[in-house]
Amino acid sequence: MITLNHYLALSAILFCVGIYGIFTRRNAIGILMSIELMFNAANINFIAFSKFITPTLLTGQVFAVFVITIAAAEATVALAIVILIYRHHKEINVDKINIMKW
Amino acid sequence: MNYSLLLPEIFLLLWTLFIFVLDFFWDKSKTHSLGWLSLLGLGITAGLLFGSGKGNLFGNMFLSDGFSFYFKLVFLSAAFLAILSSIDFVKKIDKYRGEYFGLILLSTLGMMFLCSAGELITLYIALELTTIPLFVLAAYLKSDSRSAEAGIKYVILGAISSAILIYGISIIYGLTGATDLALIQFSLASQHLKFGALGPALIFGIIFFIAGFGFKLALVPFHVWAPDVYQGAPTPITAFLSVASKGAGLAAFVRIFFVSFNVFQPDWVMIIAVLASLGMILGNIVALMQTNIKRMLAYSSIAQIGYILIGVVAFSWRGISSLSFYMFAYLFANMGAFIGAITFSNVTGSDEIKDYAGLSRKSPGLALCMTVFLLSLVGIPPLAGFVGKYYIFASAIERGHIGIVIIAILTSVIALYYYVGVVREMYFRKSEKEFSFSIPFSLKLALFICVIGVLLAGLFPTPFIDAATQAAQVFYYW
Repeated sequence: MITLNHYLALSAILFCVGIYGIFTRRNAIGILMSIELMFNAANINFIAFSKFITPTLLTGQVFAVFVITIAAAEATVALAIVILIYRHHKEINVDKINIMKW
Repeated sequence: MNYSLLLPEIFLLLWTLFIFVLDFFWDKSKTHSLGWLSLLGLGITAGLLFGSGKGNLFGNMFLSDGFSFYFKLVFLSAAFLAILSSIDFVKKIDKYRGEYFGLILLSTLGMMFLCSAGELITLYIALELTTIPLFVLAAYLKSDSRSAEAGIKYVILGAISSAILIYGISIIYGLTGATDLALIQFSLASQHLKFGALGPALIFGIIFFIAGFGFKLALVPFHVWAPDVYQGAPTPITAFLSVASKGAGLAAFVRIFFVSFNVFQPDWVMIIAVLASLGMILGNIVALMQTNIKRMLAYSSIAQIGYILIGVVAFSWRGISSLSFYMFAYLFANMGAFIGAITFSNVTGSDEIKDYAGLSRKSPGLALCMTVFLLSLVGIPPLAGFVGKYYIFASAIERGHIGIVIIAILTSVIALYYYVGVVREMYFRKSEKEFSFSIPFSLKLALFICVIGVLLAGLFPTPFIDAATQAAQVFYYW
């Protein structure tokens, strides 16, 4: 029997993997993929809560659909900017992109 | 259903699409004049806003109340000033000038929805509608690698913050089974009565909310993106970011924390107080070492958000009223300082503070305007910043938060040093370079509006404070 806790544990692990990826990846695309993992962790939460906490309401599922859409829009803009960065620097390693420092 | 409440937003959306379409057909050498058309659209939106009533739509999804009305006016003014100061600036961009104005309008639309959102789905979508156009705008100068760098830093950190926020939202949804802010408050309050202390899930939820909004507001541990993005982005966009985007984050933050989480007020107020103090200390001290004016203003705005959050720490209607008024004073002073920097860099091509030497002789008007804005940011009477700070400190002292007010006053003294440093360069140093100043009409108008705003709100603050108090009455039960 799969309970709510299983889903929550999965989403927490996914979220932590995302955070870990953000801190260890140096490739901009890799960072964006890690961020997608974090969005999807939240989506699993929404769907699981929707099923177990409010089974008669669809709020959580609707929210998940919106999150997927927005994550797609965000990824589009982010990839466009990554291409722009590539044109300037000929690479997308985020450690190398630091003209401005304090 | 009273759809006329949505009229300003619907109009602004249609007007934005109109600008995008016109940009297709208009002669490419004249597209900078689409800016004037955008200004007209903002003006009409403000007119419609004054005409629209109060109430809510779609079962509390969209709230039109005094608080949202006040903040919408702030966003529209900020967008107005940003576009007005861009009209001359976009001539430097060879392509896609119309989209530039359209994206600013789109972001403003997101902010208007954000401060009206009474429900987490709406709030999240509005937040993204606010920031996604700003990602594009930060990277708008395609040939400038600093602008591209600002874009990538902003988009990565913005996406991380929104992922953290959405995870926090999912936790709160799971705890309460609701996304409506008022229902969340009700549900959390009844759980609080039943179980007493905060559960670990709720603590995580609140911390994720603070982190998510902390990025938008450039609160201290989450501020690392701000100086780089502010320096690299086109200057009118920096001005817009530092005022409107922060104001939007603040409005949503206040609504969530004062409505949904008000039961746990003692717990999160402590976190906010610590973050605000850190912001004031770090922002002001690092600003001392800056040589680039945009970077200095970036750190100063990190400090300013600390002052604004004192109003949140006070947790009273007077606190909200004072932070609303401070936002208004900050709008004109900070936008003005950035517009001064735009004017200066249009002529000289430099953002370095040492190049401001001798400005008082070359362009006495610009130097005087800059002085007024910078002194208002410090809080020197009789300017708007003084009234704002006075009122915000009073609200905190009233609730017994003496410590944070002492920190705020001490850091204001540090702030005086670097703001006046620019004034000293302008008035008491001789310049090495020679250049002649001719300021275009649009920038003169923008500077004039800002100076009038700063002086008016400083000398005759009563009507503005009354308006801010009316905005705060939405949260009247404290």
